[in-house]
Amino acid sequence: MAQSTQEILEGLAEIVNEETGIDTGSVELDKSFTDDLDIDSLSMMTIVVNAEEKFNVRIPDDEVKNLKTVRDAVDFIAAAQG
Amino acid sequence: MTVEALRPKGSGSIHPGTGASHARIWGLGGFRPERVVPNSELVEAIDSSDEWIQERSGIKSRRWAGPNDTVVSMSEAAARDAIAAAGIEISQIEAIIVSTVTHPYQTPAAAPIIADRLGLRCAAFDISAACAGYCHGISLANDMVRGGSAKFVLVIGVEKLTDFTDLTDRGTAFIFADGAGAAVVGPSDFPGIGPTIWGSDGSQWETIRQTESWLDVRDQGLGHPTIGMAGQSVFRWAVWSMAPVARQAIEAAGITPDDLDAFIPHQANMRIIDAMLKQLKLPADIPVARDIAETANTSAASIPLATERMLREGEIPHGGLALQIGFGAGLVYAAQVIVLP
Repeated sequence: MAQSTQEILEGLAEIVNEETGIDTGSVELDKSFTDDLDIDSLSMMTIVVNAEEKFNVRIPDDEVKNLKTVRDAVDFIAAAQG
Repeated sequence: MTVEALRPKGSGSIHPGTGASHARIWGLGGFRPERVVPNSELVEAIDSSDEWIQERSGIKSRRWAGPNDTVVSMSEAAARDAIAAAGIEISQIEAIIVSTVTHPYQTPAAAPIIADRLGLRCAAFDISAACAGYCHGISLANDMVRGGSAKFVLVIGVEKLTDFTDLTDRGTAFIFADGAGAAVVGPSDFPGIGPTIWGSDGSQWETIRQTESWLDVRDQGLGHPTIGMAGQSVFRWAVWSMAPVARQAIEAAGITPDDLDAFIPHQANMRIIDAMLKQLKLPADIPVARDIAETANTSAASIPLATERMLREGEIPHGGLALQIGFGAGLVYAAQVIVLP
């Protein structure tokens, strides 16, 4: 079942926190994963795999490079959930 | 007109080969080139820093082959070391399997030349299974000893990756390095090599590969090819697809994770090792190979080099059980539990 933007954001923030230790409150929609949150490519992949499991979606390797901001990720997950 | 049915000339049966009941690794050897290259020597070409490299790979330094070190010469040194450790004569080796992707001749293979350097005329051939090559070789050697094809088999994992590395490529320049590891596999009274869990996923062949085919190099006048890697995709596959393979190898050997004395994954990247450990949930007291910190990724050589170091430094016990898993370009993988020599 599709989740709201807020629910996805909160779930994603928990995943980011678990991987990087970044405070969940800092994971905001307009933040860039690399520039603002300082998340490197391998941590990003861990977040992606954990998000796939948590939100029951598939995020192909080719898509990961397009997920520049938290909003990009949330939108992708929401669209994939349909 | 009738046609007579064809019949075999003789009885139609042949004598089966007779091998050993079991096989084990008798001895390990390694060759690490003399030149130590710290991260500081590489950072300028990739606009990076020692801290950046360590964060992304856990690599502090690596060994680079000197001008006189070749795939063949490094193999010979590792082989002599392994044969001495095994306590046998060179003449007892009846087959040589060399895993490499950096022997600079399309043909012939490196193995016959290495055999000649050792004064041998035995069966000798190369296999191409990249970073999983050593574990493929151990599996083949195990079957050859048990099948009666050879009493003692020398398995070599060797790479001179610096010949195929683009030092301006931020994804590989600090990862790849040089070295050779070798193992002697021979007959045993007990099972010393567990069942191999292996496979491939050729749909991902582009993930780690020579940047251009030899034909493109020729036809388009391209320069010397190097090996490129899609790091994120490799990371995902190595961690989340290989952890189940490692678990299968433990189960196939009929043991539990608590029985392991060592976990020796291919030394691809410390981040892969750490993430794989998290997935595997092995008991915390099992020593894990982290040779990558000072050796970087030597592809086919990484597992025997790491094992040899851990044994030499007393980190893991002779006669103990080690889970080894190789994974790499292909994509291909192989894992098995072995009894440490």
